[in-house]
Amino acid sequence: MDPRITFKDQLRNPVRETRLLRHRMIAALAFTVLLVFIVVGRLVYLQVFNHAHYSTLSQNNQISIVALPPARGLIYDRNGVLLAQNTPSFGLEVIPEQIQDLNATLTALKEVIAISDADIKRFQRLRGQKRYSKGVPLRLRLSEEEVARFAVNRPRFPGVDITAGAARYYPHGALAAHAVGYVARISGEELAELDPIRYSGVNHIGKTGVEKAYEDALHGTVGFEQVETNAQGRLLRVLERNPPVAGKNLHLSIDIQLQSIAAVALGDHRGAVVAIDPANGAVLALVSQPAYDPNLFVNGIDSKDYDALRNSPDQPLYNRALRGQYPPGSTIKPFIGLGGLELGVINKTQDTFCPGWFSLKGHSHRYRDWNPKGHGSVDLDRAIVESCDVYFYTLATILGIDRLHDFLRQFGFGQKTGIDIGGELAGLVPSANWKRRAHRQPWYPGETVITGIGQGYNLATPLQLAVATGALATSGTRIAPRVVAEIKNPVTQQLYPQAAPVTYTIPVKDKRHWDNVITAMTRVVNSERGTARAIGLNAPYTIAGKTGTAQVFGVKQGAKYIQSEVDPRLRDHALFIAFAPALHPRIALAVLVENGGHGGSVAAPIARKVMDQYLLSQPPAQPVDLSNVVPELDE
Amino acid sequence: MKSLGQRLHLDMPLLVGLLLLATISLVVLYSAGGQDVQLLVRQLLRFGLAFGLMLALAQVPPHYFQQIAPWLFGAGLLLLIAVFLFGAHAKGAQRWLQIGGMRFQPSEIMKLAVPLMVAWYLGDRPLPPNLLRATVTLILIVVPAAFIAKQPDMGTALLVASAGLFVLLLSGLRWRVIGGAALLLGVAAPLLWRMMHDYQRQRVLTFLDPEQDPLGAGYHILQSTIAIGSGGVFGKGWLNGTQSYLDFIPERTTDFIFAVYGEEFGLIGALLLLALFLFVIVRGLIIAYDAQTNFNRLLAGGLILSFFMYILVNIGMVTGLVPVVGVPLPLISYGGTSLVTLMASFGILMSIHTHRKREPS
Repeated sequence: MDPRITFKDQLRNPVRETRLLRHRMIAALAFTVLLVFIVVGRLVYLQVFNHAHYSTLSQNNQISIVALPPARGLIYDRNGVLLAQNTPSFGLEVIPEQIQDLNATLTALKEVIAISDADIKRFQRLRGQKRYSKGVPLRLRLSEEEVARFAVNRPRFPGVDITAGAARYYPHGALAAHAVGYVARISGEELAELDPIRYSGVNHIGKTGVEKAYEDALHGTVGFEQVETNAQGRLLRVLERNPPVAGKNLHLSIDIQLQSIAAVALGDHRGAVVAIDPANGAVLALVSQPAYDPNLFVNGIDSKDYDALRNSPDQPLYNRALRGQYPPGSTIKPFIGLGGLELGVINKTQDTFCPGWFSLKGHSHRYRDWNPKGHGSVDLDRAIVESCDVYFYTLATILGIDRLHDFLRQFGFGQKTGIDIGGELAGLVPSANWKRRAHRQPWYPGETVITGIGQGYNLATPLQLAVATGALATSGTRIAPRVVAEIKNPVTQQLYPQAAPVTYTIPVKDKRHWDNVITAMTRVVNSERGTARAIGLNAPYTIAGKTGTAQVFGVKQGAKYIQSEVDPRLRDHALFIAFAPALHPRIALAVLVENGGHGGSVAAPIARKVMDQYLLSQPPAQPVDLSNVVPELDE
Repeated sequence: MKSLGQRLHLDMPLLVGLLLLATISLVVLYSAGGQDVQLLVRQLLRFGLAFGLMLALAQVPPHYFQQIAPWLFGAGLLLLIAVFLFGAHAKGAQRWLQIGGMRFQPSEIMKLAVPLMVAWYLGDRPLPPNLLRATVTLILIVVPAAFIAKQPDMGTALLVASAGLFVLLLSGLRWRVIGGAALLLGVAAPLLWRMMHDYQRQRVLTFLDPEQDPLGAGYHILQSTIAIGSGGVFGKGWLNGTQSYLDFIPERTTDFIFAVYGEEFGLIGALLLLALFLFVIVRGLIIAYDAQTNFNRLLAGGLILSFFMYILVNIGMVTGLVPVVGVPLPLISYGGTSLVTLMASFGILMSIHTHRKREPS
């Protein structure tokens, strides 16, 4: 067979060959046993020495912790009308790690469910955030039809799933937007500051208003579920459940109907209405117009809508009630008058002659009265009723800026009111010190003159005016206003204790001084010469009020020109502060109408409508609220 | 008086070992297959077929194998070339030949044909082989292995080559030649690395550090070691392997079935299985030892060692000792192709053992 069989080959020794092969068999056996021992060694290493380690890995493999977001607390108005609720919402979530070709999947998905470029942009942005490392929202607010359509096609899309959740919904839309605020997606910066455990599984957070200020109460407690999953992350069964605790419900003191009346009364004007209960600082209405639909923000406002809101000259996002700082104009007069009495620089019968203008001693510059003919001889009562400027130019000059400053600050001017929602601004009551600090300039006497009529540096927010009015109405009790009246357990309806409202008592030297000023204010509305007499007609209760007309322009030039025909946006702001009933005040309010013109003709009627609604309408029936069916626990 | 076993040319120890392994296979498959009885029935049928083939081959006297060896090898080589030229594609590899309605994997024939051929070539010639014959043998091994590797099917190429090499090693090749060859291979390894496909390189890299990519290529190794490690000494119990039930183990009825087994039956179960394998191997080596011709000795030894090689590569892969190569665990994994080849080789072993002539005492 083999042609090359050598001579040596001829001498084959079968016995030797057999022995050689048999030796090799034994060597093979040794080799086999050795290798089997290596395998056994490996198994011992895995199953004995590293058993604990692999056990843990195996547990972690199959068991994952799923956060259960709590239901956010609901927000009601004072009568139990829902202002913020949770509605079921379905979204589409994508787990990019489980998808081989993301672009192909997105393209295929587009044929099943409408996905806009904005959706994809947001998706790409959220992908970067660590909290979305598992599932990244692609579409929000799927319609029921879309949910059904996807369900049918789901096998085609591994790694894509429907998520059920709750979306915040504000049934009254823009009406309470500036008070209630809104929730929106947690931003990157917020994320850095949040407790990741407390917010696991939660994508929204209060951004403004009550939603933001009461975030802690509304948020609730995240629950957790220990679930067994397979390698695809599909849930197989729940091992342990630690249910979420719903957030607390808030009952606002705001009356949405009152809010609505105020908003309607403001009409197309830009402006604000703030009404409080002077007895306890409860905010009854907090309107800033124009407003915006908070529902737009909940799931990410698209840039077109946002630009429209931001770029609107009417600034709908601007909370005028809290952040609008306006010259208080003549509404400051009752406070300055009271200061004159309390500080003893005037008495109520002392007259000042008003020729229609005022000049500082040694200066020729004339500070004009709104009535160029002059008011003649006026006492404090007439000065308030007719809103005589010269009287208050004189009084302010006598008092001097620092005494004015100190007295006005007692009413909360120039400082934050301490309202329980954020964002308010402090306004400004000028002083010599302040001017040195802020402007590095000395105080000029002429600046004191115009401070006497609430012009110049003097700035106040509508909220501050309402609070100060409440302090006047209660003869010296200034209370930090509150929007939230009650915090309730959503299940037991038990009330959570709230800190007593911060109250500042203004020292009263002589109660009669206060009564004098209040009487004058009732005559603003109820006397023939009162600047707001129009609204006093047929009012079944007594209103105490004060009109104001604040100049928008020409402040620095020293109120020299009264412009009659100006750009609508440079026209005077109309203001009105009031409380009623005058003797037992239940409501104190401030109305501001931007560029509205005269306080008496524009702002005061709005205040009247609000007061009518609050004081005259039938006391609202007990709130129809299913949660109230639960029997009272405290007895 | 001959026993039934003797009349049927069955080797009882081997048969018992194989039947026990088949039983274990069905038990694990029931769990790994998600308690699918259909799957079990299909595998049982395959066992029946494969045992039938074994029985049939056991009846054939070994010199017939010697006669057909070169023909089988030649035919197998032609088929491999045919696959290379017109083979069907499946999963990115070209391994199958479509003949009529049947798909046919010629590389599987080579698992038997190569050791047969090498044993045929060396068995009739003086042993130990000289360098020339050793070189001829290497060519006989490398050519089919290269075709198979080209498909590409590294796992089978490796097994086919090792089956041939075992025969060569058993033939008494001098240890210093073996050592020299090993050294040469070490030098050639970097060259081999450059010739490899990207995915093959990736496999080696992944093997070296599976945790670098736990969701990608390293996933299989990581999950199977987790399964085995978490099984501990006593295992999680039959049907209780969380890793396999929750889909973490890939290919759990086929290549990775040992992970399921190790998870559910623990170290004790694994040792039992290894002991059973070892028993079969020892029995095979005894058959080789007792064989009466050089061809028979070399063939029996080569076949049983390649059986061991299967086990070693599979368990080594599943426990993370060697890179992932698609090799089923012999007799235990689900599937028919490799089972048929394996049982054929056991048939040959039985034939060798039961057709011995009485030795003159």
